Amino acid sequence: MTDLSVSMSSNAHLASQPLPEAPAKVTVRNLNFYYGEHHALKNINLTLGANRVTAFIGPSGCGKSTLLRIFNRMYDLYPGQRATGQLMLDQTNILDPRLDLNLLRARVGMVFQKPTPFPMTIYENIAFGIRLYEKISKSEMDDRVEKALRGGALWNEVKDKLNASGLSLSGGQQQRLCIARTVAVRPEVILFDEPCSALDPISTAKVEELIQELSENYTIAIVTHNMQQAARVSDKTAFMYLGELIEFDDTSKIFTSPSDRRTQDYITGRFG
Amino acid sequence: MALNPIYSRRRRKDIVIRGLCFAAAAFGVTWLALILITLLFNGLAGLNLEIFVADTPPPGSTEGGLRNAIVGSIIMTLIGVGIGAPLGLFAGTYLAEYGRNDRLTSVIRFINDILLSAPSIIIGLFIYGAVVVPMRGFSAIAGSLALAVIVIPVVLRTTEDMLLLVPNPLREAASALGLPRSLVIKRIAYRAARSGLITGVLLATARVAGETAPLLFTALSNQFFSLGLNKTMANLPVTINNFVQSPYAYWKQLAWSGALLITLTVLALNIGARIVGAERTAK
Repeated sequence: MTDLSVSMSSNAHLASQPLPEAPAKVTVRNLNFYYGEHHALKNINLTLGANRVTAFIGPSGCGKSTLLRIFNRMYDLYPGQRATGQLMLDQTNILDPRLDLNLLRARVGMVFQKPTPFPMTIYENIAFGIRLYEKISKSEMDDRVEKALRGGALWNEVKDKLNASGLSLSGGQQQRLCIARTVAVRPEVILFDEPCSALDPISTAKVEELIQELSENYTIAIVTHNMQQAARVSDKTAFMYLGELIEFDDTSKIFTSPSDRRTQDYITGRFG
Repeated sequence: MALNPIYSRRRRKDIVIRGLCFAAAAFGVTWLALILITLLFNGLAGLNLEIFVADTPPPGSTEGGLRNAIVGSIIMTLIGVGIGAPLGLFAGTYLAEYGRNDRLTSVIRFINDILLSAPSIIIGLFIYGAVVVPMRGFSAIAGSLALAVIVIPVVLRTTEDMLLLVPNPLREAASALGLPRSLVIKRIAYRAARSGLITGVLLATARVAGETAPLLFTALSNQFFSLGLNKTMANLPVTINNFVQSPYAYWKQLAWSGALLITLTVLALNIGARIVGAERTAK
């Protein structure tokens, strides 16, 4: 089962037959979201399959980033924003007001549009998050940092300057540092909010490759403006428009024979 | 080639306006330079070791220094900043981090702006009424409190401004790792704004180092060396104020030297603040 899902997910865009359904990791039922009075998401229903990459595409303002920010309750940082409906991470109700958000966010990591290294050394950027939850020895920590940086495909570039500031890295390296930092705390789900929109093509390719590798161990959701990117990295694609989920299907199907007219118009570049 | 008349008129205008701007700048800088040169000239004349080891002289004497005033100024400035800076930091943190969307925040900010521009003599009078009268006497602690009241709004303002400069995605990224709010502020926001926060405290220190009016009604002054916080305490600004008005030439000389010392201290603090601030932009 594991072997199958690994090989399938990394070749998802090439496979002509649909993927076998993965067990649901995150289940969204009748989800609505409001910015104050504004009804930003309308009745969203979908599931994120375990160890699958799910891409969210759609024109600006369609609500894809808003949806992503509900998965780790990021919206809770701001007043006047609220969600209704049901959102389950395995057996945990994410929308439960009594839920410990810090524990939720340890399970659901997030990588942002612009790289956000913390103002500290490369080593500390990784160790920082680990220390929040675990008390481990220096040598164990060294191992974990190395492992995380390898996981972020950054180790070879930074192994000789772990004490340099995280801010001294290039944009693409900073973004991979952020991915490594997210991976280091061993989440179950990783959310990517347009992770490559501030990167050059080579860095983008590296991050995309990384996302595919990460799907072996993590459930991944990625918001992207770049349709080729969605086609390249994802197993499933959700097309959103004006706060509604228009179509949600295997990526290969969305990009070859979408069933909704609006999806077709969007992926062929007629609007958006 | 003949110049276009519209263009040549614009050029003439430019020359005139540029000249006026230069003259205005030169006018301002000239007086500042004159003040500093006079201060340097008169202050250096009396600057010697005795200033730092001898206390202020009794009337008529031609010996003595400023030791008690220098030490008193340092003590009261440190206590004032020690009390005022943490309060300002915490209040600024509230405004920028916790209360960003509160009504209370705009009220506090408004009041703080008033406090920021309040004449320092008013603050001296306030402490006179609030501390000196109930304690039945002038004291170093009253002087320190008056300075603290001046420090608070300065530090509050810079703290808020500096924390607001920390990009929000950085806070979100820290929250996304599962960091509780308090740690996001302490470990991430403070760290990112560190040089700005230090700059604010240094500038506040420079500001109170030369304050005279708030000490006049609170710490008063003391002819003798004293470390007692519940007694009057000598300090440079009030000593200068007293000595300048005296009929003795030696006292006047001491006042010049004291003024030079304060100015150099303020200069050093400002340069320090600039160096710390430059580190920030260099990063």
